[in-house]
Amino acid sequence: MAGKVVTITSGKGGVGKTTATANIAAALATAGQKVVCIDADIGLRNLDVILGLENRIVYDLVDVIEGRCRLRQAMIRDKRLPELYLIPAAQTRDKSAVSPSDMIRLCDDLRPEFDWVLIDSPAGIERGFRNAVAPSDIVVVITNPEVSAVRDADRIIGLIEAEEKGPARLVINRIKPGMVKRGDMLSTDDVLELLAIDLIGMVPEDENVLTGSNRGTPVVMDGKSKAGQAFNDIARRLNGEEVPFLKLEDEGGLFGRLSRWFRNGGRNE
Amino acid sequence: MVPSIQIKGIREGLLITFGEGSWEDVQHALLEQLDQQADFMRGARLAIDVGSRPIKAADLGRLRSEIQDRQLTLWAVLSESPTTVQTAQTLGLATRITKPRPDLTIAKVETNLHGGEQAVLFRRTMRSGFSIEHIGHVIIIGDINPGAEVTAGGDIIVWGRARGILHAGSGGNAEAVVCALDLSPTQLWIAGKIAGTPQRRGKAQPEMARLQNGQVIIESWDPKKAR
Repeated sequence: MAGKVVTITSGKGGVGKTTATANIAAALATAGQKVVCIDADIGLRNLDVILGLENRIVYDLVDVIEGRCRLRQAMIRDKRLPELYLIPAAQTRDKSAVSPSDMIRLCDDLRPEFDWVLIDSPAGIERGFRNAVAPSDIVVVITNPEVSAVRDADRIIGLIEAEEKGPARLVINRIKPGMVKRGDMLSTDDVLELLAIDLIGMVPEDENVLTGSNRGTPVVMDGKSKAGQAFNDIARRLNGEEVPFLKLEDEGGLFGRLSRWFRNGGRNE
Repeated sequence: MVPSIQIKGIREGLLITFGEGSWEDVQHALLEQLDQQADFMRGARLAIDVGSRPIKAADLGRLRSEIQDRQLTLWAVLSESPTTVQTAQTLGLATRITKPRPDLTIAKVETNLHGGEQAVLFRRTMRSGFSIEHIGHVIIIGDINPGAEVTAGGDIIVWGRARGILHAGSGGNAEAVVCALDLSPTQLWIAGKIAGTPQRRGKAQPEMARLQNGQVIIESWDPKKAR
């Protein structure tokens, strides 16, 4: 069976693309799927740090593309999850070292061997973004419940449609239920009303995410935190399971509205 | 010998294929063609197929600025020569044309209306970064999100939420109107006059904006007063 290529992107920086990639990958690998992550953020690599594999990098993505090593040699295998691999980005080069067709060729080589190829896209709408999106079967757009992140997500969704990779799926990250309740933060409904695409995840703000990233242990691996649970659910939904949305703390209203939205078959028009 | 140049329309703009001849000759022939057909070409995006010629960055850069001087855009260079491909990539040009463009244009559904007026219909969400400009009326079934721009010579009718930048009657047509189910644009212009956009109170309702005594006014849609 040929694997699926999933690109995780956002437009705006710092909304949690890399964290989401690491966690979704770890969740899929925990479920027994064979997963490889590609860090497409050449020059500003982070995914290796969050996965805790930084000190094992010998070859990188650009080495593979420029033929300095074999694909196998650049794939770092996670010791905790033997089904999880990482192809790190080069740190000493920039986005122009790779072209969209290089990425398509690379993913075509990986597809037969893996169930999932996850690509961590850089921020922005330029070359790096186009490299990351070119080979994808599914595009996941990450946004935060704030106006600027949602604007950028809207722009990115338009570009994804233009590349004929749509419709994208949406993950809303770093939700603070208390603030939403007070009306100080955009609600899930507000975001969905503007973006009008399918939601596949709502991740609450969680301090464990930061400590996990610093330690190189994705938060899904500890199995207790709410954010970890949310990322796990995203992985299951990507895998085709019907998973009800996590009840976010003191946020009965949102959950009620959301399950209503879900009963309507995911349409919010 | 006059070098041959072929120009053909493709989905992404115009594709120009260079025939036999030295780089100087074909370049000269191309620019001549562009000058002769300036009206037809205006604003076009050009892709050139240079065959197996190896081209240096300086030469390609010079051709690109010549093309830019003529209000055209060179966006892709196709070649079998690795040198040329590398040169083109250094200059930030595409080297393949099968890749979809990052900014989309939509096939326009043009209809002749009574009185020879023109209109286009879009049936989609206009997202941030999207812009349409049309000489006639623009009708949109879907939302116009913040960051999208719609400019029409005539009216703009939105069956959805209008939240981007809207300009009706852009050619100076003071009779132009803007109608939307939810009219809360970032900016609203009619015939070069900008409207103040007051904060919405209460529930959205269909509204129409028009020009009255040189000022943009927005009124809720009243079926009894409908023309």
